[in-house]
Amino acid sequence: MGKQRHFRVWRGDTGGGDLVDFDVEVNEGEVVLDVIHRLQATQAPDLAVRWNCKAGKCGSCSAEINGRPRLLCMTRMSTLPPQLPVTVTPMRTFPVIRDLVTDVSYNYRKAREVRSFMPPKGVEPGEYRMQQVDVERSQEFRKCIECFLCQNTCHVIRDHEENKENFSGPRFLMRIAELDMHPLDAADEEGVDRKRDAQDEHGLGFCNITKCCTEVCPEHIKITDNALIPMKERVVDLRFDPLIRLFRRNQR
Amino acid sequence: MSEIERHDYDVVVIGAGGAGLRAAIEARELGKRTAVICKSLFGKAHTVMAEGGIAASMGNANPRDSWQVHFRDTMRGGKFLNNWRMAELHAKEAPQRVWELETYGALFDRTKDGKISQRNFGGHEYPRLAHVGDRTGLELIRTLQQKIVSLQQDDFVQHGDYEANLKVFAECTITELLTDGDTVAGAFGYWRETGRFVRFDAPAMVLATGGIGKAFKVTSNSWEYTGDGHALALRCGASLINMEFVQFHPTGMVWPPSVKGILVTESVRGDGGVLRNSENKRFMFGYIPEVFKNQYATSEQEADRWYDDPEHNRRPPELLPRDEVARAINSEVKAGRGSPHGGVLLDVSTRLPAAVIMKRLPSMYHQFKELADVDITAESMEVGPTCHYVMGGVQVDPDTAAASVRGLFAAGEVAGGMHGSNRLGGNSLSDLLVFGRRAGLGAATYVDSLGTRRPSVREADVDAAAQRAISPFRAERSADAENPYLLHQDLQQVMNDLVGIIRKADEIQLALKKLDELRQRAEHLVVEGHRQFNPGWHLALDLRNMLAVSECVARAALERTESRGGHTRDDYPVMDAEWRHLLLVCTQRTNSSVRIERKEQVPMRADLSELFELDELKKYFTADEFPGGTD
Repeated sequence: MGKQRHFRVWRGDTGGGDLVDFDVEVNEGEVVLDVIHRLQATQAPDLAVRWNCKAGKCGSCSAEINGRPRLLCMTRMSTLPPQLPVTVTPMRTFPVIRDLVTDVSYNYRKAREVRSFMPPKGVEPGEYRMQQVDVERSQEFRKCIECFLCQNTCHVIRDHEENKENFSGPRFLMRIAELDMHPLDAADEEGVDRKRDAQDEHGLGFCNITKCCTEVCPEHIKITDNALIPMKERVVDLRFDPLIRLFRRNQR
Repeated sequence: MSEIERHDYDVVVIGAGGAGLRAAIEARELGKRTAVICKSLFGKAHTVMAEGGIAASMGNANPRDSWQVHFRDTMRGGKFLNNWRMAELHAKEAPQRVWELETYGALFDRTKDGKISQRNFGGHEYPRLAHVGDRTGLELIRTLQQKIVSLQQDDFVQHGDYEANLKVFAECTITELLTDGDTVAGAFGYWRETGRFVRFDAPAMVLATGGIGKAFKVTSNSWEYTGDGHALALRCGASLINMEFVQFHPTGMVWPPSVKGILVTESVRGDGGVLRNSENKRFMFGYIPEVFKNQYATSEQEADRWYDDPEHNRRPPELLPRDEVARAINSEVKAGRGSPHGGVLLDVSTRLPAAVIMKRLPSMYHQFKELADVDITAESMEVGPTCHYVMGGVQVDPDTAAASVRGLFAAGEVAGGMHGSNRLGGNSLSDLLVFGRRAGLGAATYVDSLGTRRPSVREADVDAAAQRAISPFRAERSADAENPYLLHQDLQQVMNDLVGIIRKADEIQLALKKLDELRQRAEHLVVEGHRQFNPGWHLALDLRNMLAVSECVARAALERTESRGGHTRDDYPVMDAEWRHLLLVCTQRTNSSVRIERKEQVPMRADLSELFELDELKKYFTADEFPGGTD
């Protein structure tokens, strides 16, 4: 049956904590979350962990495994080095609540600051027409399961609490890109410039495209290449392109 | 007892999946101060796991589709036990609810002419499911979540406070509904993070808590699905119906053991995937029941032609309603023709090019690749039945979603009736939207009708709820102390083995006896540690609800001596028309066991029964129920 493995799980709360050692049985095909559940059932009944779907669809069980931001439910034990202990710690960017559970309210605050989809005026429900090729760009970003691993890994805020005020992180910059690329979003007509919002309100300029967010995305969304860089390019265009500046001057 | 945090609202929605969020949107748009309470973080509810799509007869893929056809399919799928008024409202309103999502920002897959694409699914005559690849539930919940945010932004502009009229209470669990006489007056719960108690005083409560799957061992459901809404409703005097009908989705993963039960979307079959046994035979051709003989292909050739030419060919039997396919798989495995790990083979790799599979079923590709090391573009998946959905739930008024207790409403999976004895795939997401909206509307209208005369919460009830909630901490540490995790495992084993996909009287009786023992053991649950984010404590409280709904399922299953939809009795293997018009209604007196009563269904309106051929109705109805006899 199962093999014994050595686990080191961070336990503690806002007052501090430490890695706690466990020896625990691991069976074929199991993921790290299975082992955490076994610890709960057999050794640590009050071990706090978030999870829901256990299938990589809800983005609840984010944590760091051997220092790498991962979903506990999508990390198979067989992919971890067999001789070494498995270290499980909470996401570092967010304040700990208890054990593996962190306070991710920063993300919900930022989500609320992104101006919502603006439906096109005069287009009735049922009359929306869009081509597949045009929706696909935004659809890629809508695959996001909001696990916040990209936020967790982004160095702009990972070790710089002070940047949280002015930086919304890759998840919500990508949300702006998604709305900006939505074929029927009426921001322009409403006089809203989403790219400018990204730059001025959400700190797009902080991002120096190290692609750490893309690397940890469990949905394999190309956050940097497909959302952030194109938006940066267009912000640059808007600001520095002499033709656009001329055009704008003439419009005034 | 120390002062308990208190909030006052017009409408409180318990549950933040599709139904809850849609109800909250409606109530808030009608000017009601609304709270949404969810056990998990906002946006993580079980709706997120729905894969295939939202059924709505928009007619984008086949212009012959209409609400009447959708209604017929729904009634057939539920073996005519459905509440026909709910099925009618659902079929009529689903298209509007889907289109409305586009105004919130949803991005569905498109047809060539730019409309919402629609895919085939089991039991649906035409391609009907609006979808986004195989992650439609995620799109639905994110869209509704973003609509909530948008309403909050409106409030911020107007009042300087995002949460002036609509607030989400995340990671907050309701353990008790509080009543004033026979009227709902509030709810009591705790914050998961701190363990502190909280009460909500509100004249209208909308239950949108989803299902009960966590009472079963092999399930596609997440930890949240502990039957909270069902049990809350029971405890405050409302009735549940159809609890014997539990849907086992035919295709859950079977290997490796740790992922057993995780859903494999029906879209795999809708898009061309087929089921084979260990002899490489497409066995579903041998399992077409009499009532569906005319609608399903009898040869592989005809079935394969159907994908391109549905007008002149009948559908492949892999697309029979879920109950039929689940039973067939169960029979194949029992007959020794199963796959290596006790399922059957679901193959799409020889049916579609790899690129198309990756495009249409990306989550399935990802799920099998990462969790089972299986490349579904090159090999078959091993699948078997998994507990997926409960058709039974709170008995509601179809138009207003009102339960039998004043001020209580229910929508989505926690409500009963809509799906009869078996739900069609795709009808769940549309159910959430149609009846979520109606519940929000019903609650708002009810609040208006009260004027200033609102019910009030009794302090003694609040204290009692608090005492009950902390009881697992105070229990004495004695030899009979029970571990909630182990008790939960035992419950799941009982339900899985004795009240599962195939049932027998003696096994159900044994289950009832064991449930009784489990209930007694639950009195001795002991949890360790303190109240701050303590999963052992949370589970101990959820167990009470699971035990209550499990008893409902078992008692109703014992009572119904026939096989229909999500209720299969080995000792009564045929469908019996004498049972079609009967509902089993569960009620619970305080702290006593569940009571079952038989109630007559309201006969179907004549204009609706006329949508069916007489010959078809004869298969389901008794002679004296006939149209002609009905008006």
